[in-house]
Amino acid sequence: MQKTIDELEAKREQARMGGGQKRIDAQHKKGRLTARERLTVLLDEGSFEELDMFVEHNCTDFGMADNKVPGDGVVTGSGTINGRLTYVFAQDFTVFGGSLSERHAEKICKIMDAAMKVGAPVIGLNDSGGARIQEGVASLGGYAEVFQRNVLASGVVPQLSLIMGPCAGGAVYSPAMTDFIFMVEDTSYMFVTGPDVVKTVTNEEVTQEELGGAITHTQKSGVADAAFENDIDALLATREFFSYLPSSNRHEVPEVPTDDPWDRLEDSLDSVIPPNANQPYDMHEVIRKVADEGRFFELQPKHAANIIVGFCRIEGKTVGVVANQPMVLAGVLDINSSKKAARFVRFCDAFEIPILTFVDVPGFLPGVGQEHNGIIKHGAKLLFAYAEATVPKITVITRKAYGGAYDVMASKHLRGDLNYAWPTAEIAVMGAKGAVEIIFRKDADDPEKIAAKTREYEDRFANPFVAASKGFIDEVIMPHSTRKRVALGLRKLRDKQLENPWKKHDNIPL
Amino acid sequence: MFKKILIANRGEIACRVMRTAKRMGIATVAVYSDADAKAPHVKMADEAVHIGPAPAAESYLFAEKIIAACKETGAEAVHPGYGFLSERASFVEALDKAGITFIGPPAPAIAAMGDKIESKKLAKEAGVNVVPGYLGEIADTDEAVKIAGEIGYPVMMKASAGGGGKGMRLAYSEKDVREGFEATKREGLSSFGDDRVFIEKFIEEPRHIEIQVLGDKHGNIVYLGERECSIQRRHQKVIEEAPSPFVSPEMRKKMGEQAVALARAVDYHSAGTVELIVSGKDKTGDGFYFLEMNTRLQVEHPVTEEITGVDLVEQMIRVAYGEKLPFGQEDVKLDGWAIEARVYAEDPYRGFLPSTGRLTTYNPPEEQRGEDGVVRVDDGVAEGGEVSMFYDPMIAKLITHGESREQAIDLAVEALDAFQIEGLADNVDFLSALMQHERFRSGKLTTGFIAEEYPEGFEGAPASEELMRDLVALTALIAMTEETRMALIDGQLGDPVFPSPYQTVILEKKEYPVSIVPEEGATMISVGDGDPMEVIADYAPGQRLLVADVENRRRIVQVDRTARGYRLTTRGASHSARMLPRHVAQLSHHMIEKVAPDLSRFLMAPMPGLLTQLKVSEGDTVEVGQPLAVVEAMKMENILRAEKSGTVKTIPASEGESLMVDQVIMEFE
Repeated sequence: MQKTIDELEAKREQARMGGGQKRIDAQHKKGRLTARERLTVLLDEGSFEELDMFVEHNCTDFGMADNKVPGDGVVTGSGTINGRLTYVFAQDFTVFGGSLSERHAEKICKIMDAAMKVGAPVIGLNDSGGARIQEGVASLGGYAEVFQRNVLASGVVPQLSLIMGPCAGGAVYSPAMTDFIFMVEDTSYMFVTGPDVVKTVTNEEVTQEELGGAITHTQKSGVADAAFENDIDALLATREFFSYLPSSNRHEVPEVPTDDPWDRLEDSLDSVIPPNANQPYDMHEVIRKVADEGRFFELQPKHAANIIVGFCRIEGKTVGVVANQPMVLAGVLDINSSKKAARFVRFCDAFEIPILTFVDVPGFLPGVGQEHNGIIKHGAKLLFAYAEATVPKITVITRKAYGGAYDVMASKHLRGDLNYAWPTAEIAVMGAKGAVEIIFRKDADDPEKIAAKTREYEDRFANPFVAASKGFIDEVIMPHSTRKRVALGLRKLRDKQLENPWKKHDNIPL
Repeated sequence: MFKKILIANRGEIACRVMRTAKRMGIATVAVYSDADAKAPHVKMADEAVHIGPAPAAESYLFAEKIIAACKETGAEAVHPGYGFLSERASFVEALDKAGITFIGPPAPAIAAMGDKIESKKLAKEAGVNVVPGYLGEIADTDEAVKIAGEIGYPVMMKASAGGGGKGMRLAYSEKDVREGFEATKREGLSSFGDDRVFIEKFIEEPRHIEIQVLGDKHGNIVYLGERECSIQRRHQKVIEEAPSPFVSPEMRKKMGEQAVALARAVDYHSAGTVELIVSGKDKTGDGFYFLEMNTRLQVEHPVTEEITGVDLVEQMIRVAYGEKLPFGQEDVKLDGWAIEARVYAEDPYRGFLPSTGRLTTYNPPEEQRGEDGVVRVDDGVAEGGEVSMFYDPMIAKLITHGESREQAIDLAVEALDAFQIEGLADNVDFLSALMQHERFRSGKLTTGFIAEEYPEGFEGAPASEELMRDLVALTALIAMTEETRMALIDGQLGDPVFPSPYQTVILEKKEYPVSIVPEEGATMISVGDGDPMEVIADYAPGQRLLVADVENRRRIVQVDRTARGYRLTTRGASHSARMLPRHVAQLSHHMIEKVAPDLSRFLMAPMPGLLTQLKVSEGDTVEVGQPLAVVEAMKMENILRAEKSGTVKTIPASEGESLMVDQVIMEFE
């Protein structure tokens, strides 16, 4: 008995040391923490319960038979974040470079299966050199097993990926299928093929950072949702982010007590819309002044910034916010902003998170580039996402709601539950000038007449009343009362029931 | 008394005048431009008349529209505030013609004093000390250089119609005159419609002290003591006080009597100010010289009001109506000390660049008037309002009054701690730093104070060890409140797990182990191995202003949540702070500090504005200090100079372009 206990302790100690002190030091020198250290930052102190600590790989080729480390390069198990259960895996770069073996994959699959059964999120900390090449195809099989579970878990439990080191080749597709990807600046990168292959194939010279670093993916590609300065910041931010997420699709959104009055009035919102319709303003101010305690967890802030997505709380409960941003490209919908918002709306719908939409949109972005790259299908994604969503949907039109973009942005017609408009709202097919130039094309040479007709069109449509008279707007509300109206609306919609017709699944335009 | 008056101004002074008018039972009429349609002065008035588009020349400076507004509303009199039409004799004449009373001095007095050259001659004749200088008109740069040489450097070049810091330039050498003379002329022309410039000697260790005079239409004129306004930046007043720590009762009497003599010489009535330049080197009490007379209510009039108990606006209205002054010179008594700090929309951390935009948060300190002294806020903005590029960038004036200078200063420091402004840059930190500055507190002021004490610019007020320790404790309190609340989230596996009482606070990159023990009505927090400190505070997560008592030290701290923790602002500086569990703090030692990217290769727009001139082209080599570009903002020409020598690689911006802050104008190799 004592012998077994001693052996257990010894094995545990060996597992805890991962790839050994030298490799741990090397990891630290790069400003990166080890897998176990990361978990102590992410999870409540002392809450981590490790599984499969003694799992070893089963490879015998290329001298691997004698080269075994308990845990096999990934630390898995469960723990809590602010007392709430989550399943986790953390790849250990100090052990075989965090490379994925068959057993390594099995460990990940095991916790994913457990998470799905009980309804708890999965958080993956990725730091892996890729497939365990010595294992060959067994490793590829391992990836696919993980992929399959990512897909089955999608929409069942929230899946979060933190990229905290390399993530290349097939490995990228597991994070790619999770709900959110966070990256660490300067020490993480993601790409399907690395700079060397890129150079050979296309003769393009590019660094890892430029090809797939945190900046690239949070600004250009939109692959990642947020970037953080270092491991600690990323992990602590994940703790905060976790507090917004329901545990699964059968749990309600979490609630945090707040002292912020539900009926707080914000007089300054009455002047947020500038007098000139072409002048921008920062939609963030509107979101912050409506949200509990002014807090808003924004996702993809630097990618397609013409639309804002993220989570806030109202009366302590999570709300997903989608808002056009007049500060960037006048808040126009384009390919990237449509994709960004569509995916966010679908996440909210999958997990019963109410959606609050602020609309100030002049339309879709015109251009050859947009058309040739498929704005039709990409724009349709957002339309599709809003239309299929059955969660409570509250929409506030702050200023422009023009053309097809009006329809898209959670309009009444797409089963918006409460569609409010500020007095500054203008719901129209297009801006007055454009409209008049089409309607009165033959008078194009008569600037006076065009000006007069423009004024006439403005008088008719540059207000919320035409839309309200048709019932497209439920109520015109004063900006200062927005929080109160939204909070009250969310209370009333708490028990909303709405189901889409049975189908195997829909066919969203991908 | 008048039944209704119109206030031909905007912002804080319009509100200030209306407050008194309301108290006197006089109805008020506001005028407003497009930019001010929702401004507080419009809401405060009984009636408001729209007078045109945003540019002042088409609205607030448009005399005919003001007069039309009077006629439309039946206003019997006009108070002009300061700036705009307040010192325009032609406006007063036009009002006279229309049978409307001007609440201010008579037109001839304005005309005589409005011309700086003319006014000096008059002052000399009235027996007022004057500064040596050249009072004639100067034709061109060459003549300016010649005259400056005769007077002797340093000299000051001033736009004849200028004021308020605009259109003034100091020259230490011929080169400065050559560089600045034309620009001074241009500024005079664009700001005041008058390009005449005069030159005078520059006084050493100069202090700016001014005398408030008040006269009625019956020949009674008194002086209400002095104000010292030496704390200036680029000739723009920043802090004013009354009385002056430099002025003895005898000197006050001499200055006051000369000021009254000058006022009498021009048949003055209403409120006016005789500005004097005082040599701090001259201890005789005679070292004061006439600078100019401002024939209007001054921005800094509240400090005089606080120490004399006279409501200057009320007296102006009564005098305009024809009443006699209710007191004589012997009744004027100075009581205590008053200080005014001007809160500007400018960024002291970035060379005081003007800032415009929306006040997303505006929450001034609470006013008080009682045994503990006076805190007064004269403002004309509201949360959600706009500080636009069209008008003066002053947001508010903070006035405090105490029994002593020290008490007035301390009240101001505390009030500034609670002054919340967001959405644009403000100078609150800088004001607080000035008020805490040893030299300021000792009263050794000169108009060069800011330039001398902040030669490298402003980087926040220095914080004492005690303050830092208190901030560590407050960080712990704030973070602990938030963490504890987060531990109450629903859907937990078991009972809530509350954070450990042992934590680490990182304040300005320095680590402090803390322990936090809540007790009845207070929290005991120890920092490092120090004794537990009793912290009493009411703090709810999300609260922006923390008023706390740390070991009976009152701390007022603005709390700003950031991505990584908090920004705590108090006592004239901001500090980044966060709290980490001990084991996380330990691990954070492995994190590598990021080096900020080198931006010195770029010339970036330091403020939003119009790129009016590019002085170099791509491929040019430039020397340190060489002018590179001119950006016009807030009607000021700002010359951007090379910070180091190099070669211009590219110039992505072009002349005539509207620049955003930090927009790259040129890149160096």
